[in-house]
Amino acid sequence: MRPDLPLFPVQGSAEAGQVDLLFLATVGLSLFFALLVSSLLLAFAIKYRRRPTDKPPAPIQGSHALEIAWMVVPLILAMATFVWGADVYFRLNRPPDDTMTVNVVGKRWMWKLQHPSGRREINELHVPVGTPVRLNMTSEDVIHSFFVPAFRVKADALPGRYTTVWFKATRPGRYHLFCAEYCGTQHSGMIGWVEAMEPEAFQAWLAGGPAEVSMAAAGERLFNDLGCVACHNPNSGARGPRLDRLYGSQVKLASGEGLIADEAYLRESILYPAAKVTAGYQPVMPTFRGLVNEEGVLELIEYLKSRVAGQAGEPAPELRPAAPPPERKPQP
Amino acid sequence: MSDRTPATHYLNVSYGIRSWLFTRDHKRIALLYLASVTLMFLVGGSFAAMVRLELLTPAGDLFQADTYNKIFTLHGIVMVFFFLIPGIPAVLGNFLVPMMIGAKDLAFPRLNLLSWYLFNLGALFTLFNIVIGGVDTGWTFYTPYSTTWTTTNIVPVALGIFVTGFSSILTGLNFIVTIHKMRAPGLTWFRLPLFIWAHYATSVIIMLGTPVLAITIVLLALERVFHLGFFDPALGGDPVLFQHFFWFYSHPAVYIMILPAMGVISEIVTCFSRKRIYGYPFVAASSLAIALLGFLVWGHHMFVSSQSVFAGLVFSVLSFLVAIPSAVKVFNWTATLYKGSISFETPMLYVFGFLGLFTIGGLTGLMLACLGIDVHVHDTYFIVAHFHYIMVGGTVMGYLGGLHFWWPKISGRLYPEGWGRLSALIIFVGFNLTFFPQFILGYLGMPRRYHAYPEEFQVLNVMSTAGASILGVGYLIPLVYLVWCMRDGKVASSNPFGATGLEWQTPAPPPTENFPSPPRVTEEAYAYDKIPIPGGGAYAG
Repeated sequence: MRPDLPLFPVQGSAEAGQVDLLFLATVGLSLFFALLVSSLLLAFAIKYRRRPTDKPPAPIQGSHALEIAWMVVPLILAMATFVWGADVYFRLNRPPDDTMTVNVVGKRWMWKLQHPSGRREINELHVPVGTPVRLNMTSEDVIHSFFVPAFRVKADALPGRYTTVWFKATRPGRYHLFCAEYCGTQHSGMIGWVEAMEPEAFQAWLAGGPAEVSMAAAGERLFNDLGCVACHNPNSGARGPRLDRLYGSQVKLASGEGLIADEAYLRESILYPAAKVTAGYQPVMPTFRGLVNEEGVLELIEYLKSRVAGQAGEPAPELRPAAPPPERKPQP
Repeated sequence: MSDRTPATHYLNVSYGIRSWLFTRDHKRIALLYLASVTLMFLVGGSFAAMVRLELLTPAGDLFQADTYNKIFTLHGIVMVFFFLIPGIPAVLGNFLVPMMIGAKDLAFPRLNLLSWYLFNLGALFTLFNIVIGGVDTGWTFYTPYSTTWTTTNIVPVALGIFVTGFSSILTGLNFIVTIHKMRAPGLTWFRLPLFIWAHYATSVIIMLGTPVLAITIVLLALERVFHLGFFDPALGGDPVLFQHFFWFYSHPAVYIMILPAMGVISEIVTCFSRKRIYGYPFVAASSLAIALLGFLVWGHHMFVSSQSVFAGLVFSVLSFLVAIPSAVKVFNWTATLYKGSISFETPMLYVFGFLGLFTIGGLTGLMLACLGIDVHVHDTYFIVAHFHYIMVGGTVMGYLGGLHFWWPKISGRLYPEGWGRLSALIIFVGFNLTFFPQFILGYLGMPRRYHAYPEEFQVLNVMSTAGASILGVGYLIPLVYLVWCMRDGKVASSNPFGATGLEWQTPAPPPTENFPSPPRVTEEAYAYDKIPIPGGGAYAG
């Protein structure tokens, strides 16, 4: 039996090369200092080993110049490494604009993923090569961490908020997906695969599988079922702000602050509506905590995203009022 | 100075179990601590052995997943809180701080004894809860897993750590007051042995950091028992807040572990090269610099925990800065050897081991401080390897080196030199075989705390387990001969290594009051140019 002994991980993404270059540079730097120290130790240990005729060695007072030198030189090298590392970190943290989003919910002990098209996966993620993929992640219970060694990316998935990780696969292949944050009994079983595919194969895969409605359509159904539309429509007497074209836009809050309506803001506004009230509106929205789970929230967000995703120049489709369900009639 | 064992000394001045359990002599309390931490080391070591045995094969086939999770958790808790943190300060520090500064005892002998009782109370409480069910969160107790989801004995174990924290605080307080108020006439701050500077810096960290851990444990217990929402988002809390609190103590705790070992290294390297320390003020100040900077880097544990990019930058740059005082120490120790007269008794072998392993641990620490690299290796075996190079390669090497160096003073007997050198060598080889493959495993992507793992990681794991068995043998040998030689070893002279320092100017073992007459200090530490080199084979243990 030939033992399988990999010594370096495969590079499956564009970022992997950048991280590896940085890593190998610091390994080189470390080797230099480790060899410097150990060869000096060895040389001194041999050259100045005790001989029977030794007299007490003359004392050597330190040298300020030397002390400063071995503070300043490592400091310069450390700062250079810091800057390089920060630069790579920026790139790992800033997804490009043209990403494809996949929603991820961590749950003890599985990864539940859903593509905007509606296709769901568990512990597997299919992605096309050459397209930047952004994962919008949360957790239903404890902290998990989404880790794909071949892509050199990792980010925690936390309960109660969204976190993001992105990558661009460059090579078709099947890569390990690990949970890297300890999450209980089956932590080491919360693993899976990322399948990077050629774009055509990916499209074929996405179209295959069981027929499912898109996340946006599922979100629209929820939007109606939960009665959101009763207030969030232009004819509601402005109880709630209009939501079409909201995602990605600038929002002015009653507190005077402004923000960009991202996924985290939308999630918070559904579950904790009083946290950030839009300027000009009363804090009358009830919370939907307990009425909609994390996956439902993600669908609602996909629906809101779809309201801005029309063709350039084409007006975004209106949020169409449907018959509100009787149990959630707006308060007079 | 007498080369004969004195008729009465601290070990035989009184007999019986009560004379030990109610002693206020810092030297006896040091030995009590030695017994306690050695026991905890054996417990923690047994857990380590079980971890390595499970990881021999990719499948999780030796223990159930829940059992394995408890084992690695307890390995961490026992080793960190009950061995590494108290180890050098409570044993060597307790014994040596008063002796090195020419004092009769610590400032508060009763508090010192109380500290030992608190330690044992916490340790026994923790061990009891291991027996009746254990705890499975990892030693880091991350929320909301620890407060809401796990079903194991979180609160009792955390309470054990809480109580033990107070034993640390009392020891730190005692050291600070003692070092300020009880130095012998003439022993100015810049004549202090660097062991004292290291313990002073350590005590400052203990006093400032440990209360934060205590508060964090209280918040954890309040959330778990009364569902007050501090950390669990379902209760309105913030899980990352816990990580901030936890690491605000637990990162400086790493310096609580390593600084005393650095103090030991300064004492040994000077003695066995017959040289003054190179750059005394820089070595002394670097201890304080490490203590200060150590409080400002906790966020480097959270580079992938949703912390902002800006916070990541700040914590990264501060973490890089810690490297400078650490490098200053390594360079000065190396320079101390220059033009020395170097001999290679067991304590010195541990110094060489320390310098090599700590250097690797420190340099890989820089890789982890580097944001772009940390994202990939965070929570993998790379981290595990790195902190074992610091804590085991650094702290334990320093601890064993110090234990051998001062053993003739503590016991009045010489340890067997041949066995000493052999075990130091075995430990060095075993250590590297255990932990070096873990750097490679980590960069390959093997996450830590995995009960089962993909097959391609097996060869490196087998190497690691093989190394651990060698390491285990290396640790057992000194345990046997150090105990053996207390009764049957050759009688030691009061200063078998020909070392400077007040602790060597009193008989071995010392009398209860340490010094027959109060010493007076007239020169700097490490005046090795003024005393003869001990003759060939003077140390013939």
